[in-house]
Amino acid sequence: MAAVTMRLPAARAPLDSSALRGGEKHLVAPGDTITTDTGYMRGHGTYVEDDKLIASVAGVVERVNKLVCVRALKARYNGEIGDIVVGRITEVQQKRWKVETNSRLDSVLLLSSINLPGGELRRKSAEDELAMRDYLQEGDLISAEVQSIFSDGAVSLHTRSLKYGKLAQGVLVQVSPSLVKRQKTHFHDLPCGASVILGNNGFIWIYPTPEQKDDEAGGYTANLEPVPLSDREVISRLRNCIMALVTHKIMLFDTSILYCYEASLPHQIKDILKPEVTEEIVLGARQRLLDSEG
Amino acid sequence: MASVVLSEAEKLYIVHGVQEDLRVDGRGCEDYRCAEVETDVVSNTSGSARVKLGETDILVGIKAEMGTPKLEKPDEGYLEFFVDCSSNSPELEGRGGEELGTDIANTLYRVFSCENSVDLKSLCINPKEHCWVLYVDVLLLECGGNIFDAISIAVKAALFNTRIPKVRVLEDEEGTKEIELSDDPYDCIRLNVDEVPCIVTLSKIGYRHVVDATLQEEACSLASLLISVTSKGAITSMKKVGKGSLDPESIFEMMETGQRVGKSLHIALQKILDEEENLGTSRPKVGFLG
Repeated sequence: MAAVTMRLPAARAPLDSSALRGGEKHLVAPGDTITTDTGYMRGHGTYVEDDKLIASVAGVVERVNKLVCVRALKARYNGEIGDIVVGRITEVQQKRWKVETNSRLDSVLLLSSINLPGGELRRKSAEDELAMRDYLQEGDLISAEVQSIFSDGAVSLHTRSLKYGKLAQGVLVQVSPSLVKRQKTHFHDLPCGASVILGNNGFIWIYPTPEQKDDEAGGYTANLEPVPLSDREVISRLRNCIMALVTHKIMLFDTSILYCYEASLPHQIKDILKPEVTEEIVLGARQRLLDSEG
Repeated sequence: MASVVLSEAEKLYIVHGVQEDLRVDGRGCEDYRCAEVETDVVSNTSGSARVKLGETDILVGIKAEMGTPKLEKPDEGYLEFFVDCSSNSPELEGRGGEELGTDIANTLYRVFSCENSVDLKSLCINPKEHCWVLYVDVLLLECGGNIFDAISIAVKAALFNTRIPKVRVLEDEEGTKEIELSDDPYDCIRLNVDEVPCIVTLSKIGYRHVVDATLQEEACSLASLLISVTSKGAITSMKKVGKGSLDPESIFEMMETGQRVGKSLHIALQKILDEEENLGTSRPKVGFLG
């Protein structure tokens, strides 16, 4: 059965006022005057003209003592130490991999900051350097943690924990980094039968929940067995739910994704992306989120 | 073309999914992504359309200009195609997108080379001297896979939207001809698009084939077949792309699927075009700010 649906584009509906709970946030558009008080210092995303402090990007005004910055809503990923990221290897170089993480510059993963297969602890030798492409090659996806940030803003990653490492079968969804809520943990085994890694850089990895947790290979052997259909259904549904939440600009964290997943259950997986169904599901999920927050 | 790099495991996941008839976004093998079609989006063209198919975003403008007919077909007008992909990605900027652009344009020439796809005779003003030339300009705004299908849908929608002013040829006693434009701006001819074909791309993934592949799925496919199908299900042209090979049996299967999917594609497109037409001027235009 071939299904082809076409529609006329609909103009974006104005935001529901009930959604604007966080009204205390100071949002500005480029060119808006933030303050006319000359006692403030200009930070990122602002400039001074005629003694007025004016925003140069659209975003949230943040103040630290006398310093005023505007954090852009739509920006590339700005690394912070300790962040969990998901990235894709783009290049294998001398003693390092280049990793695409949606930041302004490619991130690096040093050979010295990975766990060797098998969890062996020793200094990396010249042989390891030659075998780098056996560990990770171009196109491979990894989960990692931000170890440090260089002076030019490039991020250095590490995978020195069994939590991190090469990712096997699953689906990658790319969203805006500002939609990922910062939490204690970004690895979630959802009760619906799949797991997600919510990278702080806006890369979200959805994968079948692994059966045994103790990985002897140290995360470098990929399980290439076909994923059962039931798991696939859950993963596809989760993927579409995340897309739905993103189109309605709802923060992504385990509860919001789960509520959206549960609200989507009456619908077919492929129907979730139809605008009217998306709206219905997201409204349902948002209501539950508001209720649970009290 | 903007291509994505995938890891082996990701590819495997997609291939297994296609075999089970459940793709990453929940679609079956013969399902299209939800498409948005809007016509009359550029005011200084004779006809225009914008089509969004998932991430893919195509803008087509058609400009009618007066020209001289081709020597071999003195009583027909003709279509000229031009595809610009420079706005798509940094690697296609400048001259980088030229190769892809000419490739798409050549495919469109072939698709429209079929005699009755567009009634070219109606474009003739004055045999051997004047005819209408339709310049079809395709702009690739965003590439999210399956650009050929999206472009062909947009071209058909734009042709449906095209209005060519009516002209009359006056001849005085000395035999000099004069062309007179109708005073009424609404007095125009429209093209019959019933026979205009749409392209259906079938990508071979694993043992099966899918329609409307995303960029990720295209990365897993070694060979695909472009089939142009009319609304009645007639195949007008065919082209294989990609470096892989296809065995004859699967080509026949793909042609059958292409025909079937092509028909429903035409029905859906015609329905939305008629719906838009019936709304008339009451339709709120969305354009590029939606």
